[in-house]
Amino acid sequence: MAGNTEPLSPRAKLAVTAGKAAAAVSRAAGRGSGSVIGGRVALKLDPDLLARLARHLDVVLVSATNGKTTTTRLIAEALRASGPVVSNALGANMPAGITSALAGGSDAKYGVIEVDEKYLAGVARDVTPKAIALLNLSRDQLDRAAETRMLAEKWREGLAGSKALIIANADDPLIVWAASSSANVVWVAAGQEWKDDAWSCPSCGGVMQRPGEDWFCGECGFRRPTPSWALSGDHVLDPHGSAWPIKLQLPGRANKANATTSAAVAAAFGVPPQVALERMYAVQAVAGRYDVVSFLERELRLLLAKNPAGWLETFSLIDPPPTPVIMSVNARGADGTDTSWLWDVDYTRLAGHPLFVLGDRKLDLAVRLEVAGLDFHVCDNLDEAVQMAPPGRIEVIANYTAFQDLRRRVGN
Amino acid sequence: MSDNSLRLVWVYPDLLSTYGDQGNVLVVERRARQRGLDVQRLDVRSDQAIPTSGDIYLIGGGEDRPQRLAAERLIRDGGLHRAVENGAIVFSVCAGYQILGHQFVNDLGEQQEGLGLLDVVSTRGEGARCVGDVLADIDPKLGLPPLTGFENHQGVTHLGETAKPFAKVRFGNGNGVGDGYEGAYNDTVFGTYMHGPVMARNPHIADLLIKLALDVNALPSVEDRWYEALRQERIAAATQPA
Repeated sequence: MAGNTEPLSPRAKLAVTAGKAAAAVSRAAGRGSGSVIGGRVALKLDPDLLARLARHLDVVLVSATNGKTTTTRLIAEALRASGPVVSNALGANMPAGITSALAGGSDAKYGVIEVDEKYLAGVARDVTPKAIALLNLSRDQLDRAAETRMLAEKWREGLAGSKALIIANADDPLIVWAASSSANVVWVAAGQEWKDDAWSCPSCGGVMQRPGEDWFCGECGFRRPTPSWALSGDHVLDPHGSAWPIKLQLPGRANKANATTSAAVAAAFGVPPQVALERMYAVQAVAGRYDVVSFLERELRLLLAKNPAGWLETFSLIDPPPTPVIMSVNARGADGTDTSWLWDVDYTRLAGHPLFVLGDRKLDLAVRLEVAGLDFHVCDNLDEAVQMAPPGRIEVIANYTAFQDLRRRVGN
Repeated sequence: MSDNSLRLVWVYPDLLSTYGDQGNVLVVERRARQRGLDVQRLDVRSDQAIPTSGDIYLIGGGEDRPQRLAAERLIRDGGLHRAVENGAIVFSVCAGYQILGHQFVNDLGEQQEGLGLLDVVSTRGEGARCVGDVLADIDPKLGLPPLTGFENHQGVTHLGETAKPFAKVRFGNGNGVGDGYEGAYNDTVFGTYMHGPVMARNPHIADLLIKLALDVNALPSVEDRWYEALRQERIAAATQPA
């Protein structure tokens, strides 16, 4: 299926070269990795470049509100058991970034591609993927993004004619709605803690009933499909009923769910679960997330949480009290400029932890914690917060640009 | 109502709780408890009946289809109407504000009948979506400090004769009609486009609702330090061009 049987056209080659040159200039100017600008230049010279680059690859697309960067890494590691992989591992997940990543992998057999939710349908059309992994959908940056249910609807329409194998989370009604227009779906019981975007049936608008792990609409026939793969505690259950232990360096239930989906994807390409899961152990930190760094004689674990569902999953993986928790929140363009989502997060789960608050929007968070009845300290910067905490492990949770700020400060 | 109790009803969180407006419930609940009130909070899903004996009803913002469904179910249920007839206080935000009026435009692009509890009519704005920080002066009759909030809406709301403008906009859009007004109210029913959530940035509104529900003129003061700091920051932000 894969292999470089069909060489790139002269125009495509020129576009790749020009893109690489632009990326190099951007890097030299100190403006990041240059992957996005490189991809933009290349796509301008050859708008079909993404499709052309993908033609030589078995492509897997990964999309979700949360966990797509990590899952992309896990799938890439698993598929390396079967051949070279090219991937947009750093999370540049729009068409320009994807083009740039693929242009760098001329010898690869597989392309494992994280795709921004808004671009999934378009990229799926362009690159004719063999498989698409859909993890979860929940509210995120509502001041500029599409409504969550509308996004599911767009996926459903965009994926309707796709020949790809869809590997989808059976526990998220919005994902099931998006995926069930496709002919070939592998359902994975990957779980989802956050439920507040799917109380209303995506099909008919009826009120969703959610007894235990199950869910169904009380009015139409829309209900949870029977999964063939499942996350069960610390194990992946495969379609034959065999249980495979999950051993990850990455913490938390959500990453076990990501590993389960990744194992299902790997199996579709002939990589057995045992091999896939063993390879996933190699993944340590993903673009700085989950990294543990020494700073001012403390051990800081850096956790990224961008939206209510992400914060909820993060609370379930942090060390218990009295481990201190530092939280940093910004509301710059890349974060979404509305901080109302803080009120969808149940901060009472942090009771007992010493809490330290910083970031551009620390006052929004301070009011949120005050109303939750928690004690907290408002700090001007990371150093001050770290110095107020006792020596040892500190959990640091931040949203997108706040996370980048923290990484810069700790030299990560 | 007994002297020391407050029944707080959160209307349809399954449909109208998309923009953190749950915060309004949390702030009212917290500030009532800080005044020693025995707060009973009832979250009523859209397949349940709206109780008619609540003191304060809060309704949040939501996406377009849930808004249509909420209006249909509230009209069919009838409980909110009876509660208002009983003198209950209602505070609504954005999509919730629109459905309390006579009409709004639904996700199918149709004019849909609202509950008619506020004398307003909402249409879809022709211009760009209104998104950003807002600063406005609340009707002086209510005796409250300036209103700060975050708006995110396409709708435009016209006030009828019996609806009073809740606030006059200094920075931002509000109702978006061009008359500079934001929100609407009558004696017991309030509507606003402000998220934030609005009570987190304007705890005095929470206090106003509690006072109206208890029929008292004053409440014991509570610690407002973080709310005040946040207010100052957001008011400054609203007055600066983005």
